[in-house]
Amino acid sequence: MSETSHGIGGLTYDRKKRSLPGEVNIFFALILIVAVFEVLGQVLPYMNGQSFLFDTQDRFDTIFNEARLRIIILQVSIIGIIALGVTQVIISGGIDLSSGPLVGATAMIVMSFAQTELVNGNPNPKAVFGEWAFDLPVLIPVVVGLLFGAMIGAINGSLIAYTRIPPFIATLGMFLICRGIAQAWTRGQPVSFPTEGFAALGKGMMPVFWFLGIAVLMHVIMRYTLHGKHTYAIGSNEDAARMSGINVNRHKVRVYMIASMLAAFAAIVLSSKNLTAQSGMGIFYELYAIAMAVIGGVSLTGGRGSIPGTVLGAMVFGVIQSGFTYIKLDAFYQLMAMGAIIIAAVVLDKVRQERAASRS
Amino acid sequence: MADIILETQGLTKHYGGVHALNDANFKLEKGEHVAIMGDNGAGKSTFVRQITGVEQRTSGKVIFDGQEVNFAGPLDAREAGIETVFQTLALADALDVPDNLFLGREKTKWDWLGPFKFLDYKAMRADTLAALEKTGVKIPNIRNTIQNMSGGQRQCVAIARTASFHSKLTIMDEPTAALGVQETSQVENIIRTLKDQGEPLILVSHNMRQVMDLVDRIVVFRRGRIVANLRKEETDGQDIVAYITGAKTGAEFEGAA
Repeated sequence: MSETSHGIGGLTYDRKKRSLPGEVNIFFALILIVAVFEVLGQVLPYMNGQSFLFDTQDRFDTIFNEARLRIIILQVSIIGIIALGVTQVIISGGIDLSSGPLVGATAMIVMSFAQTELVNGNPNPKAVFGEWAFDLPVLIPVVVGLLFGAMIGAINGSLIAYTRIPPFIATLGMFLICRGIAQAWTRGQPVSFPTEGFAALGKGMMPVFWFLGIAVLMHVIMRYTLHGKHTYAIGSNEDAARMSGINVNRHKVRVYMIASMLAAFAAIVLSSKNLTAQSGMGIFYELYAIAMAVIGGVSLTGGRGSIPGTVLGAMVFGVIQSGFTYIKLDAFYQLMAMGAIIIAAVVLDKVRQERAASRS
Repeated sequence: MADIILETQGLTKHYGGVHALNDANFKLEKGEHVAIMGDNGAGKSTFVRQITGVEQRTSGKVIFDGQEVNFAGPLDAREAGIETVFQTLALADALDVPDNLFLGREKTKWDWLGPFKFLDYKAMRADTLAALEKTGVKIPNIRNTIQNMSGGQRQCVAIARTASFHSKLTIMDEPTAALGVQETSQVENIIRTLKDQGEPLILVSHNMRQVMDLVDRIVVFRRGRIVANLRKEETDGQDIVAYITGAKTGAEFEGAA
């Protein structure tokens, strides 16, 4: 009954009360943060008047400091791919903590199928399998990686949908399992020396290309397809979704499968970019991905958020990280500041929702 | 004799030792609007929950549209053609009006894409406007999300949703309990529209004026039993109150309460 008890008293509607889409606010926040770092660069005595955003040394054709912009987007692209998948998990009312370790495990497995036989004329010193696994077509490691991701996602989703345990617990368990797989795969030894074809997947600005490409695809899925609509419906009111005939359990499995497959793909791009895989890869990635989504306006209570929001959230994340480095803040303090920002984003989201509730 | 859309025979529900519903024999004709009245705890909502499959009955039969049915859940009942507006609204707050009207039965295109088939927003918007017009519901902006709407608007959306899909039977459990005067009259207008369209309705209500205004027949529950079955023309408010409170018991139900 509580749902109907407020807002009684005639049919009123005020067009002015309609707020701009949340993404606009995040965009303004992004500009504000850039401006703050720009000002800090001018004000802080040890910065010698360096610019955060602009090309003051005439190194580039444009007025912007292209190198910095490039690094910012390159830095966030791989975690950003994970964040795109996590976005739909959070919108559906869940959470996925297993994506970081999944990156580690997938990278190890994928790299084992992507190794080349000869390194500078010598046999590959890091060979995992026998001769049969050398110089395989690039499609094989990619498919193996995506299948592994799909499997982990299917387990996550099935646990959450059919045993009704909280997503936090299910994916926390998977977090440990995946890190264990990553370490057990080669007893902690790194796996290196991929084929040229595999190395091309993450070369140069390729991660950015993948991130933005997948973002467009995921945006179309979330905004224009049945899958997206049902994801929002489940996160908004799971009982209503179930009563409306949506197969909630099957849908959840699909949501977690997509999230884990994107995390696996991020692992493919990352290991290709680094030309090596280590069992410790992807530490904190699950949290950073969740942070990007939350900064981008995805509500942890489910039902609200969008892919463009997450992309902007990823940019905010990248700008803050780059800005901290730019003002020469120590890495330890960066971690603390990042934590504070994530908490602030969640508090903001709560305030936003309470305001929305009291407005109706 | 007119066609019977819904019949229950000896419908009984016990919660442990509590006999919430005992031996309810109920009939509803096609096109008929029946009100279910009774005090709190008289078994009204329990009765509805057994019919719609929200709960499983202890014993008795439910015959819907000529066939004995055993709904495993509310979804089964809905698929068979029973639409229910529950006391707690089954709406998704973060979605707008067309999304809610079509929740679970979206219009799509490019169906070969399976779960990723595209939504036909245009068709759903057009159908939403048609449905709202048909039921006389006024919503200023159907693109607004449900969370930004008043209680009455939400209830109207929930009812329009029910009314816009040609169901064989509509059940409303206290649809106006939490609404203001204006909103209540809007909901009542929708109910009249249903009547004009010949759609049968079971209305659970406490509101005597509303019941006398809207329905053909009144069934009174007391302490888990049906104690009266009254045609509207043959009764009045005082009479019904007497049945509800137990001052009177219908002749054919002697010894029931």
